[in-house]
Amino acid sequence: MVAVHHEEPNYMGVFWWLLVLTILEIAIIYAPIAKLVIVILLIGMALTKASLVALYYMHLKFEARTVGMIAVVPLLLCVFLIFMLTPDLSAIVHHSPKAEAAAEGAHGEH
Amino acid sequence: MTQAATVDHTLGVEPAESPLTPESWGKLGMWLFLAGDAMSFGGLLAAYGAIRYASGDWPQPSHVLGIQLTAFMTFLLICSSVTMVKGLAAIQKGDQAGLRRFLMLTILGGVIFLSMQAFEWTHLIERGMRLQGNPFGASLFSTTFFCATGFHGCHVFGGVVYLTCILVQAFRGRYSATNWNSVEIAALYWHFVDLVWILVFTFVYLV
Repeated sequence: MVAVHHEEPNYMGVFWWLLVLTILEIAIIYAPIAKLVIVILLIGMALTKASLVALYYMHLKFEARTVGMIAVVPLLLCVFLIFMLTPDLSAIVHHSPKAEAAAEGAHGEH
Repeated sequence: MTQAATVDHTLGVEPAESPLTPESWGKLGMWLFLAGDAMSFGGLLAAYGAIRYASGDWPQPSHVLGIQLTAFMTFLLICSSVTMVKGLAAIQKGDQAGLRRFLMLTILGGVIFLSMQAFEWTHLIERGMRLQGNPFGASLFSTTFFCATGFHGCHVFGGVVYLTCILVQAFRGRYSATNWNSVEIAALYWHFVDLVWILVFTFVYLV
């Protein structure tokens, strides 16, 4: 076995970052700001936490570039899948009871 | 004596090396497996997002699901990731007792996580959540919830079994400062389970 030596990352430092980001995530869902902003912030923080785990705990930062590319492929494919689903989703008309009641109300006024 | 018989194959040490992961082919194999597994989770989460967007009466998850409990479960998995890297760091320095101690803590974290998930599921089932419907809104809310968290729970269970096998080998003195490759590969799997939970927690519970 060939031992590849690299300096030991600051594991506890990463742990504190993960903890702080988790607390921030929970706090932000109760913040009085727009839902879209909350969603964007939550996704940003989740991806940051996932990257910290991959880079430092899974030692991806110290691996060959090709291993990093292997790890990024699923993320790219997932983004691709979301873009492929978007045309269908944007054509959907919501049929919730509230939406239907609102539509009926609008028709009744005319 | 044949040539094969003269080769010193210490159990747990792989004879071949990969140019991408010089430690062993096994590590590259685990990365490829995790990339495939990540696509499974990616597909599940993308489907969850699409179904939720298409639904008009999706309940707000943080109002229905217990955020405090799952926040603690997230904290627990993060802690178990720390004990896992500490265990690997210990054996890389030749500290076998340290490896055993940290492995036991990691397994304990996994077992407590699974117990809490069983408690959470029981509580939600008692409140009427079923695979085919729920009293809170869109029926697919509970379907996607049980599928995503159940698939992840299976991974945690698999990880606990995997790490228990590594722990048994550790008690037999299999690992040392020059032979820790199997521990590193198992650690990769466990960190992946933690990484995926971070995403499941955000998308299924918080968003």
